[in-house]
Amino acid sequence: MMHIFQQKKGLTLCLLLLMPSIAMAEELNQANTAWILTSTALVLFMTLPGLSLFYAGLVRSKNVLSILMQCFAITCLISIMWMAGMYSLIFTDGGSVHAFIGGLSKVFIPNMGTSNLVGDIPETVYFMFQMTFAIITPALIVGAFAERMKFSAMMAFSAIWALVVYVPVCHWVWGGGWLATMGALDFAGGIVIHITAGVSALVVALVIGNRRGFPTTAMPPHNMPMVVTGAGMLWVGWFGFNAGSALTADGSAGMAMLVTHISAAAGSLTWMMIEWIKFGKPSVLGIVTGMVAGLGTITPASGFVGPVGALAIGITAGVVCFYAVQLVKRRFSIDDSLDVFPVHGVGGIIGSILTGVFAAESMGGLGLSMSMLEQVGVQTLAVIVTIVWSAGLSYVILKAVDSVIGLRVSEDEEVQGLDIILHEETGYHNL
Amino acid sequence: MKLITAIIKPFKQDDVREALSEIGIAGVTATEVKGFGRQKGHTELYRGAEYVVDFLPKVKLEIAVSEDVLEQAIAAIVKSANTGKIGDGKIFVTALEQVIRIRTGETGNEAI
Repeated sequence: MMHIFQQKKGLTLCLLLLMPSIAMAEELNQANTAWILTSTALVLFMTLPGLSLFYAGLVRSKNVLSILMQCFAITCLISIMWMAGMYSLIFTDGGSVHAFIGGLSKVFIPNMGTSNLVGDIPETVYFMFQMTFAIITPALIVGAFAERMKFSAMMAFSAIWALVVYVPVCHWVWGGGWLATMGALDFAGGIVIHITAGVSALVVALVIGNRRGFPTTAMPPHNMPMVVTGAGMLWVGWFGFNAGSALTADGSAGMAMLVTHISAAAGSLTWMMIEWIKFGKPSVLGIVTGMVAGLGTITPASGFVGPVGALAIGITAGVVCFYAVQLVKRRFSIDDSLDVFPVHGVGGIIGSILTGVFAAESMGGLGLSMSMLEQVGVQTLAVIVTIVWSAGLSYVILKAVDSVIGLRVSEDEEVQGLDIILHEETGYHNL
Repeated sequence: MKLITAIIKPFKQDDVREALSEIGIAGVTATEVKGFGRQKGHTELYRGAEYVVDFLPKVKLEIAVSEDVLEQAIAAIVKSANTGKIGDGKIFVTALEQVIRIRTGETGNEAI
């Protein structure tokens, strides 16, 4: 039991503090199980095909397949790695080093029977649900190095990154590690997913360098309907991401879904209005980018804040992420090609810090176990540590992969496009 | 025999086809093309990044006709493709040396 409790501590630690009764549940709860099974499917649906289509539409037609391939291959790679050891290193007891990393007792998940429970849901379901989060995180980074990275280098980077960046940070926050002990709040992955992926994306963009011709050559999205289709799937899938993270089918899941939706809508409208005022036209890409910003930003807060907090977070996300894109891409000419850092990284940072503010009862939230100031302090510390860890290790991994495999395709290959060069296929045929 | 090459606005393609059918012209080849003339290009904006698009999408129609229907065909195209705005396109007429229908081997006006 102690063992199982240790694992459950992961995602629900903060919820447990609020509702200790859940922690004591020992019997299978079929309602909760049904919802987490559903949520698992929704979160995988975010990567395949939501994020894949969203990203694939944003690149030029000669690279459409490379993006779809990268997302698909990452899904398969992380799934096997998850079984091989990632799950164990995050969610089992790490003994004397538990503050920093979990143990090896569930490497290749021996004895994973149908009757094992984590809390009141089957461990199989918990394993699968958590896996889908580990899958989408490296897939998000794909947007930063799109249209120029070697497939082999992408696979090597993603595998090592998942092991040395995702696993520890996820353990610190959701596996009962030191950030969880300090009381850092991250309901569904602002720190664990959006900051790790967003910050690493910026480092990748800097290390691998700009696409040939950036920023002077036009590189418009090749298929906007594909982008909007993927964006819509992300919004729907995000219900599983955030409302599933409650690990229960109850009012807290309902509230997480509600605030997620409000923030997405507010982020969308805010981005649209800024473009309308600034550039004269409300753009389709603008409204869907605002949606992703609103969703990414509410993620860490989604189990802790109320509807008004969600509205404030969504509007903030729209404004801050919009200007972050202009700053990174226009001012500094950094080719984070699909704007992963300004949308996910910046969204994750402001969302994680604002969680400390809007979770307070006085701000319409569900309450804090410490003062608002203390909570914001803990949140800020967690954010800074995660930024430094993700950026530093990403840099080291990239340099190592570059020296062994090489990160980029040649200039000539880049001009021809990754689809035909790396995969010997093309996305579209004329006759 | 003459070859009419008409560059028109894409949304006028069906109107032109109908107008040509009405005067008994039975064959048209259409190609999606890009180009610019006095209309110049336009700008597109993605997440604040402005792209100047120099080449605008047009449809190129190629129609082989006999001399006696040439003027009628040109008039039909001009009338049906006209919006009165810059960018309506152009019509080029060139001499056509020979036409052969592949199935039967007919040549000249018979093959049109």
